[in-house]
Amino acid sequence: MTLDPSLLPDGGLQWLSASGDHAGIVISSRIRLARNLSGYAFPTRAREGERLRVLHQVREAAARIPGLRDAALVRVDECNAQDRLLLHERHLVSRELAGLDATQGPPGAGAVFVTGDAGVMVNEEDHLRLQVFRSGFDIGGALREAERLDREVGSEVAYAWHPEFGFLTSCPTNTGTGMRASVLIHLPGLVLTQEIGKVLQGLQHMGLTYRGLYGEGSEVLGNYFQISNQTTLGRGEDELADQLVRVVRRVIEREEEARRVLLRDAGYIIEDKLWRAYGTLRHARTLPAEEAMTLLSGVRLAAGLNLVSGLSVYTLNKLLIFSQAAHLAQAAGRALTDGEANLARARYVRQVLAAEARLTD
Amino acid sequence: MVCDQCKERDAVVHLTQIVAAAVAQVHLCERCAAERGIETTVAEPKHPLGDFLQAVQQQASQLPGDLARCAYCGTSLREFRASGRLGCAHCYGAFEQSLRELLRRVHGATRHAGWRYEPQDGDVLERRVQLEALRDRLQRAIDEEAFETAAALRDQIRGLE
Repeated sequence: MTLDPSLLPDGGLQWLSASGDHAGIVISSRIRLARNLSGYAFPTRAREGERLRVLHQVREAAARIPGLRDAALVRVDECNAQDRLLLHERHLVSRELAGLDATQGPPGAGAVFVTGDAGVMVNEEDHLRLQVFRSGFDIGGALREAERLDREVGSEVAYAWHPEFGFLTSCPTNTGTGMRASVLIHLPGLVLTQEIGKVLQGLQHMGLTYRGLYGEGSEVLGNYFQISNQTTLGRGEDELADQLVRVVRRVIEREEEARRVLLRDAGYIIEDKLWRAYGTLRHARTLPAEEAMTLLSGVRLAAGLNLVSGLSVYTLNKLLIFSQAAHLAQAAGRALTDGEANLARARYVRQVLAAEARLTD
Repeated sequence: MVCDQCKERDAVVHLTQIVAAAVAQVHLCERCAAERGIETTVAEPKHPLGDFLQAVQQQASQLPGDLARCAYCGTSLREFRASGRLGCAHCYGAFEQSLRELLRRVHGATRHAGWRYEPQDGDVLERRVQLEALRDRLQRAIDEEAFETAAALRDQIRGLE
């Protein structure tokens, strides 16, 4: 099966639009709810036939669920490796569901429903992973939407539920609400002022945790962090989400403060560093993925400090996703070697920046 | 090298067995090895739940009942300890005592305080789910040659149909 990303509602990328609060710093907000269907073993234990029946039941139910009626359904296990990577690069499926680490490919009957700002992964670690994305800092909006979707889905399929433990999940770290609320946040100021260690440590005291750009197990690249709640049981969804919002608001303030300090104490050094990053991206002929990520982080900071104008946050968000391997291969219409991808990445970034940026020397 | 049992997946476990005074080499994939109850450490999925797994393991070393199994899906407490994953909703009942302690350690609480869910009952949906679950159990019983259980399940299925 070949995936045509243009058939996905909004490409599944509405969250890139840079329309929400603090969009320069917070790329996106996400609510994820882990749910299982009553009467089936959890996907990691279920047989192939059982997983297929889960998928069929959910597909049948989706036709009656307003939030999913118009969703595109992608059978991830029937996609080729490049398309699975593309879905993962768009944050629509996890590494696990995309089968990126598994030698035997993606898990059987794995699928994802995609709408403009929501998605439902089927047969990942849990039968269902409901996800709602929002551009910028809007946990509250994402939570309301997730609650509505959850109610709609839960009235069409029977969830595995326990009066004491709440929603039952494959991993006990998700039991209870099954909720992970997270923001994808860009913190170059705190990294450059070396304040980040303290901030990250502080998160843990507040019951929060952090990961890299691509969630669980991914490393921190380009100063992008995903901050999320760690516990899921004993406190309600609103309380958990409010706590995240309060702490993230404070992190944003500290990032803004760090940026002011950088400009005040090391103005020309920072300016030079960021212009060099910008210059490299404008002119480089080959760009490895990690280097691109680091340089784009610099340019995003430069835009945030108003050093570069005419460069929209939307463009920066788009560059972050569309400069990745599977997206470049998709644009080229064929598989690319690493070397070819580096050439294609440099060309793509040059074109986008040249089209959009106007300099303010 | 292909697994001796399923003849599909790559063999990652190479076992030297002594059967009836003869030495035999068995090559198994991870899944078939697990089915035979052979614990492997090779391709254990790495995940960042180190603390959590450690808590599970510590706890298990303090508790007996390693061999306790969920009657519904067959997951043992030992398997749960190794993977950190429960097999089905019924595992929560089967390992309730160990789980309650574990949940307290991980979350600092055991009681859900969020949205309530009204499980649907009596309607067509519920019956369909029940039927499918029974059919799975029937298949499992047949696979395991537990014919008495299978017969009882078949009767139950007929009753519901």
